Amino acid sequence: MTAITQIRRNDQPIYLDYQATTPMDPRVLEAMMPYFTHKFGNSGSRSHAYGWEAEEGTERARAQVAKLIGADEKEVIFTSGATESNNLAIRGVAEFYKDRKNHIITTVTEHKCVLDTCRHLEQQGFEVTYLPVKQDGLLDLDVLRAAITDKTVLVSVMAVNNEIGVIQPLAEIGRICRENKVFFHTDAAQAAGKIPLDVEALNIDLMSISGHKIYGPKGIGALYVRRKPRVRLVPMIVGGGQERGFRSGTLPTPLCVGLGEAAEICMKEMESEAKRLKKLQERMLDGLRSRLTDIVVNGDLEHRIPGNLNISFAYVEGESLMMGIKNLAVSSGSACTSASLEPSYVLRALGVEEEMAHTSLRIGLGRFTTEHEIDTAVDELVRHVNKLREMSPLWEMAQEGIDIKSIEWAAH
Amino acid sequence: MAYSEKLIDHYENPRNIGSFDKTAEDVGTGLVGAPACGDVMKLQIKVGADGLIEDAKFKTFGCGSAIASSSLVTEWVKGKTIDEAETIKNTDIARHLALPPVKIHCSVLAEDAIKAAIADYRAKAAKKDDKPDAAE
Repeated sequence: MTAITQIRRNDQPIYLDYQATTPMDPRVLEAMMPYFTHKFGNSGSRSHAYGWEAEEGTERARAQVAKLIGADEKEVIFTSGATESNNLAIRGVAEFYKDRKNHIITTVTEHKCVLDTCRHLEQQGFEVTYLPVKQDGLLDLDVLRAAITDKTVLVSVMAVNNEIGVIQPLAEIGRICRENKVFFHTDAAQAAGKIPLDVEALNIDLMSISGHKIYGPKGIGALYVRRKPRVRLVPMIVGGGQERGFRSGTLPTPLCVGLGEAAEICMKEMESEAKRLKKLQERMLDGLRSRLTDIVVNGDLEHRIPGNLNISFAYVEGESLMMGIKNLAVSSGSACTSASLEPSYVLRALGVEEEMAHTSLRIGLGRFTTEHEIDTAVDELVRHVNKLREMSPLWEMAQEGIDIKSIEWAAH
Repeated sequence: MAYSEKLIDHYENPRNIGSFDKTAEDVGTGLVGAPACGDVMKLQIKVGADGLIEDAKFKTFGCGSAIASSSLVTEWVKGKTIDEAETIKNTDIARHLALPPVKIHCSVLAEDAIKAAIADYRAKAAKKDDKPDAAE
């Protein structure tokens, strides 16, 4: 088997974008392989050994996923990924209960697939409240309480934000939802396998999980749907009635097995991996802070997964920085490539000034990140930030003591 | 995004980075764009007694295309009269660097920067002409 510390080829950039996707763990691939070839049966075939064998694989995987989140295996259904899970959870609940309740609450920093699902529901006549977040990226619980009405059917708040890595107060949100008899859905694509999640302790009714964010395969995810008290959904994909009727279609056995294996590895290694990543996160931040001034971490540092840093390098535009650090694969919070020139809506929601939002990078650390890679990344970042500051008129003004806000800029 | 070799060369080896004294009479300064939009260009020209632009400098906060566009125009304006420099079009910049459509605004900004620098130089010159006795 391939050594798991050597995922990256030497000619490839250092991968620091673990919130975008993760490489598949070779142990996961190994578990999947037989299901591509000789264990190829349809898990729905009840009449012969091929089907039984496949079903054994999917059901073990279901149990592995359930165990990761403290659920019963009957409450886990497989989907194509977190986007589908989020669509199904929100639309499914909204449509099922629409005769009694028509109000949904979510936050402005959710992933686009949650926000877009909500927009579609608004067009169909549902009411949606988009709650703001505080400057640290966290939801204000009083704001949530005040938003709930007797028409509210669902609260959907992500567990961990994909851009800034902050962890929402899930236990408190769950308690508030339960007290008000409102369903609580959480998009846990960035949280599952990284922080402990227990659907009972947190009063979560629906939870979306993604395979490729936890070192599993792409094209598979799961939705947890609570049975007691029961949550009902209108399915979006109908047909053979697989997955308790919530999601028809033959299960992709190898992908299910991969998701299950990935979940089990995450669970076993969560504690030690979190500690290791925390050290790497600190190493990176300390390295940058000791050699650069005027850098700001966006989002709360304490309530945050250790595998994420989102940093604004003042006076240096993010995209030009990314172009310089060719040996690092990171993501930019500035979206200058879009015609609108608008920086990240998540950073804007935190109240980060537009000029600072344009200078941000998202750095994602994960299972295969090494100390050496962190040190190389720090060197490369420092070198290019300094180079770009030397050619930045804003840096020059700042050094001369000119307040950039005092200048009347012509917006273009 | 795939960028042209010329663009990458200007980004990696930018020409004429720096600043002139913006109060000098033979210097015209253009500062265009806005930090909130993610692009700010400062372009300066130094005009000789013969009316030719003898030197140019820039500093840019912006994406790689913005840096390359401003670097390129500092090269183009050198040796030109200010009237000639004024005729540089954003389309020429965009074509030379093969800017992708979403980056055309960077070339527009570079054209604006030259025009602003020239306007600043002319305003200074006009002020000088208004007060012919001041030096005596």
